[in-house]
Amino acid sequence: MSQAALTVRDLDVRIASADPPFTVVADMSLAVSQGETLCIVGESGCGKSMTALALMRLLPQGVDVARGSVVLGDVELTALSERQAEDFRGNRIAMIFQEPLTALNPVMTIGSQIAEAIARHRGLSGREAWSAAVEALRQTQMPDPERRAGQYPHELSGGMRQRAVIALALCCEPQVIVADEPTTALDVTVQAQILGLIRQMQERHGTALVLITHDLGVVAETADRVVVMYAGRCVEEASVEDLFDAPLHPYTHGLMGAIPRRGAEHLTEIGGTVPPLWKLPQGCAFAPRCPRVTDRCREERPPLLEYRPNHRAACWNVHDAA
Amino acid sequence: MQHDGSALLQVRDLKVHFPIRQGVLQRQVGAVRAVDGVGFELARGETLGLVGESGCGKSTTGLALVGLIEPTAGQVFCEGVDVARAGRAAALRFRRRLQIVFQDPFSSLNPRQRIRTILRAPLDIHDVGDPSSRDERVIAMIERVGLRADQAEHFPHQFSGGQRQRIGIARALMLEPDVIVCDEPVSALDVSVQAQILNLLADLRSELGVSLLFISHDLGVVEHIADRVAVMYLGKIVETGPRDTIFSSPRHPYTELLLNSVPSLDPRRRHKFQASSIEVPSATSKPSGCAFRTRCPLATAECASTEPPLSPRDDGRALACHNR
Repeated sequence: MSQAALTVRDLDVRIASADPPFTVVADMSLAVSQGETLCIVGESGCGKSMTALALMRLLPQGVDVARGSVVLGDVELTALSERQAEDFRGNRIAMIFQEPLTALNPVMTIGSQIAEAIARHRGLSGREAWSAAVEALRQTQMPDPERRAGQYPHELSGGMRQRAVIALALCCEPQVIVADEPTTALDVTVQAQILGLIRQMQERHGTALVLITHDLGVVAETADRVVVMYAGRCVEEASVEDLFDAPLHPYTHGLMGAIPRRGAEHLTEIGGTVPPLWKLPQGCAFAPRCPRVTDRCREERPPLLEYRPNHRAACWNVHDAA
Repeated sequence: MQHDGSALLQVRDLKVHFPIRQGVLQRQVGAVRAVDGVGFELARGETLGLVGESGCGKSTTGLALVGLIEPTAGQVFCEGVDVARAGRAAALRFRRRLQIVFQDPFSSLNPRQRIRTILRAPLDIHDVGDPSSRDERVIAMIERVGLRADQAEHFPHQFSGGQRQRIGIARALMLEPDVIVCDEPVSALDVSVQAQILNLLADLRSELGVSLLFISHDLGVVEHIADRVAVMYLGKIVETGPRDTIFSSPRHPYTELLLNSVPSLDPRRRHKFQASSIEVPSATSKPSGCAFRTRCPLATAECASTEPPLSPRDDGRALACHNR
């Protein structure tokens, strides 16, 4: 593996304003290299979006990084001041949000929003910044970019808005892009275009991509490596091929069996629901829903161990470890 | 489609047009043809999957069918009887036989009512059975959909999304309907919970012999649950047929595009997704002739001038395309 563009070690994110405070992301470690795509997959409330916001230094009020390190290139992001973080954000690390309409400023044309970012981070001014913005839009294959640059977000379709958001994220050629469910709000034919676009842009610029999704299909289409999250923790980590060939963790197994498909009379159900993060069970958080549960699981939390080369899981009873 | 009385439900040339009004006098200046001549049949115990992207009119079709939107035109036959001409009593009976499950289990349950009250309401409204037995039926149904009897006294906010969708299904089943319109019933749910609800629907279907009109944008879900499939594009069905026929050998260029856009679940067989953008028209700016021609690789001059009819083909499908 080439040198990591982004390395996260032992990250804990905590809702400090809650009484008592509780942890929403625990012991999170990951690394992504230039040109590589790391997918973080999990269901609602597993902590995947909080992880993304922590990487971006965009955690909401009352939520903080309690422990751990986030290193971009050779800079420790958690140690930066708010002002220094602003210089990094958009410039060296950028984010693509799920809902493009809320990520864009409704009272600015998309051209001026992109030009503003370019002016701030690349030091171009006025007309130069504007033409760079039009060029950024053209690179996302926005139809008629000169005209679209002068339009407001509400004048664009969902797919065009997401192209604008991608242009905004890429205009300063960041080393790392964090994309949180970038295609979830889109129709499937538009999703295909946007996934194609993200792949093309990544190949062109060698960007490292952290892609957060609940959709295993998007994972299979885009990922090099995958982190599966459950109740705030990484429960499995592997290359995308290894993960789909032979998942180790019963939760990953369950997720894959639950995917609707032709010919399956009954889908695998994962009984029950995700436990609330403020009252996680002792031991393994998945134990109450796990078909392979034993007494040990209820008492002792399993550590993340390497059961096969480069394939880790946090489980006392993994599937076919050999 | 020939009407032969064998279908439980037959829909012919259903149209729902919404007026566009402008100016001080709110004069009608045009119409959004959300549903523009949709027809299909549903046999007893059969599941028809109605698929398409946002704005294609699939949900409007479902809402018009259960009477929650007034259709502009069209006929609905129930066991060969034209529902609109059969009189008030027959129309009410038809309503009872056709129920709906909504997408959002959060907004479709009254937050101030206990589950018992929510599930009793259909029985009270239609005066089914004697009042004293109704609570028993409510409890039996709660248990049937996988909840506990004591949860009858709970309010909707005390349930998770998946549990609420179970309540929505229970409500639709209270009147022992023949047809349930399922409008994106699992779209708001996580995949593990989605599997629970899909399994529950499949069980109920085989146990009760109920027919489903399953409306969804998710091709994987439809491929899993449907017997037959109808693909909608801008207010019209463009291709319909048995599930395996449609998914294994799509013929309409739009069906092909849809199926080729679904992410593969095999990381070794990825799609070559194109980054290029083709603008998607909406129901307010529908192209002339075939509505799909602006995105179609096969489009010819004929496609711009003449709208292709949905015509039956040899292999059991019907297709609306000049070039296939």
